[in-house]
Amino acid sequence: MGKASQLPTLPAPLFATLNFLPHQRKWGETAGAATAIGAMDKEYVGFAALPNQLHRKSVKKGFDFTLMVAGESGLGKSTLINSLFLTNLYEDRQVPEARARLTQTLTIERRGVEIEEGGIKVKLTLVDTPGFGDSVDCSDCWLPVVRFIEEQFEQYLQDESGLNRKNIQDSRVHCCLYFISPFGRGLRPLDVAFLRAVHEKVNIIPVIGKADALMPKETQALKQKIREQLQEEEINIYQFPDCDSDEDEVFKRQDAEMKESIPFAVVGSCEVVRDGGTRPVRGRRYSWGTVEVENPHHCDFLNLRRMLVQTHLQDLKEVTHDLLYEGYRARCLQSLARPGARDRASRSKLSRQSATEIPLPMLPLADTEKLIREKDEELRRMQEMLEKMQAQMRQSQAQGEQSDAL
Amino acid sequence: MEAEANSGSPEDSWAFIQKPGEGCRTVPLAGHVGFDSLPDQLVNKSVSQGFCFNILCVGETGLGKSTLMDTLFNTKFEGEPATHTQPGVQLRSNTYDLQEGNVGLKLTIVSTVGFGDQINKEDSYKPIVEFIDAQFEAYLQEELKILRVLHNYHDSRIHACLYFIAPTGHSLKSLDLVTMKKLDSKVNIIPIIAKSDAISKSELTKFKIKITSELVSNGVQIYQFPTDDESVAEINGTMNAHLPFAVIGSTEELKIGNKMMKARQYPWGTVQVENEAHCDFVKLREMLIRINMEDLREQTHSRHYELYRRCKLEEMGFKDTDPDSKPFSLQETYEAKRNEFLGELQKKEEEMRQMFVQRVKEKEAELKEAEKELHEKFDRLKKLHQDEKKKLEDKKKLLDDEVNAFKQRKTAAELLQSQGSQAGGAQTLKRDKEKKKTREEKSVSDGTCTTPGKHPVVPCALVVCAV
Repeated sequence: MGKASQLPTLPAPLFATLNFLPHQRKWGETAGAATAIGAMDKEYVGFAALPNQLHRKSVKKGFDFTLMVAGESGLGKSTLINSLFLTNLYEDRQVPEARARLTQTLTIERRGVEIEEGGIKVKLTLVDTPGFGDSVDCSDCWLPVVRFIEEQFEQYLQDESGLNRKNIQDSRVHCCLYFISPFGRGLRPLDVAFLRAVHEKVNIIPVIGKADALMPKETQALKQKIREQLQEEEINIYQFPDCDSDEDEVFKRQDAEMKESIPFAVVGSCEVVRDGGTRPVRGRRYSWGTVEVENPHHCDFLNLRRMLVQTHLQDLKEVTHDLLYEGYRARCLQSLARPGARDRASRSKLSRQSATEIPLPMLPLADTEKLIREKDEELRRMQEMLEKMQAQMRQSQAQGEQSDAL
Repeated sequence: MEAEANSGSPEDSWAFIQKPGEGCRTVPLAGHVGFDSLPDQLVNKSVSQGFCFNILCVGETGLGKSTLMDTLFNTKFEGEPATHTQPGVQLRSNTYDLQEGNVGLKLTIVSTVGFGDQINKEDSYKPIVEFIDAQFEAYLQEELKILRVLHNYHDSRIHACLYFIAPTGHSLKSLDLVTMKKLDSKVNIIPIIAKSDAISKSELTKFKIKITSELVSNGVQIYQFPTDDESVAEINGTMNAHLPFAVIGSTEELKIGNKMMKARQYPWGTVQVENEAHCDFVKLREMLIRINMEDLREQTHSRHYELYRRCKLEEMGFKDTDPDSKPFSLQETYEAKRNEFLGELQKKEEEMRQMFVQRVKEKEAELKEAEKELHEKFDRLKKLHQDEKKKLEDKKKLLDDEVNAFKQRKTAAELLQSQGSQAGGAQTLKRDKEKKKTREEKSVSDGTCTTPGKHPVVPCALVVCAV
């Protein structure tokens, strides 16, 4: 037990394959530190291979992620999605004419796509909201979206409470990218209304679309204005978790940079521009220059991609499951258990710290559950008696031996 | 009326004018008369009067309307940028006096505030239409006056409407379509694509084609630069093909090369506002100000204003010909209308007077009733009061009687007592007194007036004496 402080080493070939994957960064490093220490220890237990097992299982299971994009039309949503995942998801898109959009025609479209990289399979579902904010009268146009999100929660709740829970399909929306227009002066009343309707149901990441219309100082001013407005209207957007203190400086700096650049000002492009001498880049070509999508001085696209895909995908899923879904479930069940009672859970501010404070209601106990509980109690009691008897036996044995010895 | 002028030597000058329905012969001129300076006289007069031009900018908040105006007229007009929280659409109007060379221009810029910000935009076009109609109405009123000063009148009618389209790259927004449809018969609409540095060249051509096709298919009439005047027909024709203009506005000047130019600087390049390869700003300026300003004014007066005037007068009941197809004189119609109006006024007055009288009567009746009620109430209360008083007096009398009776008994008892003490011994005094007291109390409590019986006293005294 005394030697447990020394880090055991992992067998070399396994480590090599694991260090190759970017999102296993942190774990790869500590494993690297392990190899540096020295030769294999005699008292090597082996639970340092746990991350390895987890990795293997998750690779086999695959990941799934549901991303919703919302915002007025013409802000570059489809182009951005294509740039983010480097695929062409929207090739068969028809943009309706202005006359067709006079009255509200909001629809919710779901597109599923499987992408693979380095052996990791991701099933990506994109939820699109064409027609949002397009008509002359946009009153309540966000209601279908809210209903959709709640339906997914409802579905998951039913699956979770069902009998066969082996293959639950998680169709809940994990993240919503909300596009803000760069041509205005901040959030518009429609933006505010939509965000207020969904902020406690889905992780919101605000994004400024078509940011190549803004000069750098205009971008800063707009971001500042939007941040202020979000605070004033008490809209809870997705909060990035704080870095662990043992992360290295580079990571911490990147993280801080990323947090400061919310809302992300992005530019998307499906074209690859080949300028004379330089290598081909994704960008938009103008007569006065070319905007490079992946240039951090031009826009925040890299930050957004890093955050969404490389570092925080899993965190988004966890927050959806642990915080937002639990909140929905509590509200749902409370209103079932005590119809007409005011539910405090829906009014309390959801934050990471308060996740454990949401009061879960006492369900009306079914008879079978009662029986189960009683049986459990009995079992426990019997176990205790058994232990006592065993102890007594041991004692009497020991006494018997003593007396024999004597 | 057709007019043809042949240019050539003064001896060969012909003036050939033909009036409809009237024969007119051409007359050759023998020398230079000098009326070819008429246009110059006209121009001189106009220049001394000064020109007047009114622009209306319609567009969503933040699309760069104020910046474009500043850029177009090379100056900084005052004004605070608006926020998105306006509850409705309003129009903000400012008038400026500009001078260039020896030409003075009275420029009025009207801008929408809060357009496109509300969630329900169905009524967004109304304030704009009302404003334009109000300007036409003001002019009409001035025209119909008896003593009018049209030559000195500050014409506030909108000569050009710049409609700012957001650079989405797809098509027009539904709000744009609805608004332009309502405005196209009232004002010269010039659609422009604002903040066009967000659109690349290829996207721009597609966008322009889409917009023009949508406008045509929905029957929206935008202003076409005139192609009937030879000198400008060609340039106007080419410019018409470039509509809608994709513009960028900027008031910041940057040093490019060795000149200061209006530009916007991005990390990936610098957009020059006056560079024709970058945007259509120069085209807009040429068309709007340098070439067609006068035509815009004329169109406003001869087409849009006349349409408004006709509709308005028809509403009021004026017609060009009466049922017998004899031309109506304006004056007669006017007189007839006036009389009608006066008659109506009198009728209304009568009505109001009658109603007033009726109301007064009703009120009087009400008040009278109230008074009656009050009187009744007063009587009732008085009666109650008197009844109460009487009852109380009766009770008092009873009480007084009782008190008197008690007093009498008391004096009688005392008298007896003094007699008894003289007749009997001292011992019996106390007992008798007690007995008397109890009897008195009993008699008083019973309310009966009994004379103190002598017989109970006597046997006691006898008994005592015997002992």
